[in-house]
Amino acid sequence: MELLLSSAIGVMTAAGIYLILRRRSFAVVLGTTMLSYAINLFLFSTGRLVVDAPPVLRDGVAAHTDPLPQALVLTAIVISFGMTAVLVMMALGAWLEGGDDRVDMPRDDRAPPEDA
Amino acid sequence: MSHLLIAPVLLPAVIGALIILWMRDDLLLQRVFSIAGTVALLGVALYLAGLAGTGQIQVYRLGNWAAPFGIVLMLDRLAALMLLLTAALALVVQLYATGSGWDRKGWHFHALWQFQLMGLCGAFLTGDAFNLFVFFEILLIASYGLMIHGGGAMRLRAGVQYIAYNLVGSVLFLAALGVLYAVTGTLNMADMAARVAAMPAQDTALLRTGAVLLMLVFAIKAALVPLHFWLPSTYADAPGPVAALFAIMTKVGIYAIIRFFTLVFPHGGTTGQVVAELLLPAALFTLAIGQIGILGSRHLGRVAAFAAIGSVGTLAVAVAQFSPQATAAALYYLIHSTLAGAALFLIADMIGARRGDLWLRPGPALPWQGMIAAFFMASAVAMAGMPPFSGFFGKLMILQATQGAPWAVWIWGTVLSTSLVAIYGMARAGSVLFWQAREPALPAPDPEPGPPGPIPTKLETHEPIQDLGDAASPALTAVAVGALLAGIVALTLLAGPAMRLAEAAAAQLHDPAAYLGAVLHGQEGTK
Repeated sequence: MELLLSSAIGVMTAAGIYLILRRRSFAVVLGTTMLSYAINLFLFSTGRLVVDAPPVLRDGVAAHTDPLPQALVLTAIVISFGMTAVLVMMALGAWLEGGDDRVDMPRDDRAPPEDA
Repeated sequence: MSHLLIAPVLLPAVIGALIILWMRDDLLLQRVFSIAGTVALLGVALYLAGLAGTGQIQVYRLGNWAAPFGIVLMLDRLAALMLLLTAALALVVQLYATGSGWDRKGWHFHALWQFQLMGLCGAFLTGDAFNLFVFFEILLIASYGLMIHGGGAMRLRAGVQYIAYNLVGSVLFLAALGVLYAVTGTLNMADMAARVAAMPAQDTALLRTGAVLLMLVFAIKAALVPLHFWLPSTYADAPGPVAALFAIMTKVGIYAIIRFFTLVFPHGGTTGQVVAELLLPAALFTLAIGQIGILGSRHLGRVAAFAAIGSVGTLAVAVAQFSPQATAAALYYLIHSTLAGAALFLIADMIGARRGDLWLRPGPALPWQGMIAAFFMASAVAMAGMPPFSGFFGKLMILQATQGAPWAVWIWGTVLSTSLVAIYGMARAGSVLFWQAREPALPAPDPEPGPPGPIPTKLETHEPIQDLGDAASPALTAVAVGALLAGIVALTLLAGPAMRLAEAAAAQLHDPAAYLGAVLHGQEGTK
């Protein structure tokens, strides 16, 4: 299971990094989503991997799993979901206003328009 | 335990929510409530500064849970200083936003402003690493809304970059926290400091990885080279008052570096050593690139943005020393550079409102040209760190504090030569804008715009640059900029007392035992 989890985190991170380096906003959105999936799995693993163990203290149970990473993952999921939604809306706005979906800034941002 | 410790977080949260729920259609009510809220926040910050001035570290346990388990807020001298600076800056810039009419260029300006303040105050107060992440996200999501306030293609494009960059930063932050939690088993900063200190040096490989990841996150927030690429377009395309408030946002990154790497990973340990060795070259490059960028920019907004990068570089040079003397100099320069940076952005906005754009090219003479030129010159001199303003003292003290450092020659060389570059860049911008202005002025510039009249209930959008005809009160904008410059003059005249306060704050920071004692001991009566 360790191999499965760590390779999943690694592959998703690699895919995410590749995608956020692309020039189109759709790929960047997918990339940040991939990265946040990878990081959620990673946060899970920080409490050590335990299978079939309760997260709260209970009488007569010897093995417990750490509940804190689960709470952190919940918070992280909510936040990354909300942030991704904002990014999608903003990318949509930039596409409608600017006419293309590139993420780099056009030349007009740095130099006056007339001396092209 | 004073319950007022939570007020800087609760007050803006409640006011922001009330503005959205009750006053969304009434801009006048929004303005009154929002400004009153910021005044109250300033009052609370003053009270808390008095409380922190006793030298005692105040701890507020949320829900009265015992320390490593519940979330704590910590108020020390540094946190109180940052709160006070945030509240004062927010009030002045908010007056500018109201006076210039920027707040009616789109919806929810004042609500977002309050949520931004909530995130900033929370980030300065919290004593829990994961809670710091949450407050970072609060201030970021409010800043996304503020940054694209008013709309426009260029601003939205810059907004996409800004969000994408910060999303990656947030992911890195979570990764860093995950690593640190896996190694130490705690997220409370004081508890983490105790466990890190007790860890044998040969077991700290993973800890060092976590610390460096954390440093990268804060470097993104502070816009240190090579993680600064989001800043120029974001700040140059953001509305003027929003960019002025963002002057404190890069300082949040600097604050977090100071907080973590004096408390959790102090310089004496191997982990702190690694971070200091990485931070100093990055700081020197940031300083150089920022000041050269001033010279290379063709847009006044970008001039101000690169000046902000340069000032963060100067700050980071001092912070990277991790000595009490250098930290004190950094805190003094932090106050100065926040005020000067904000003033520069507001003045750029005043110029933009009168010219219609911010390109550095000869244009018509502006209404109120003399006053604006004087303002620009004052803020440019302050930003470049020349006498007679406080930036000069700040740089002098930073140079003094780095005198015996191993990299002293590089630090002195970079700070002094880039100051010259900055002066040259600022002088070039000012002479193009003001001395090459065409005469006569605009066909019939009305130096005294008519009475502002009633505020229209319908908000206008899609106007990238504020034009003077919309201004509710141009005099108020001048008062706001004047207040920022007066703050710089006060910081210059009161350099002695201000420096003593900074030294007291730095001495407190470099004594982590006091934090551990305040947070982890004496917990009778908690759950």
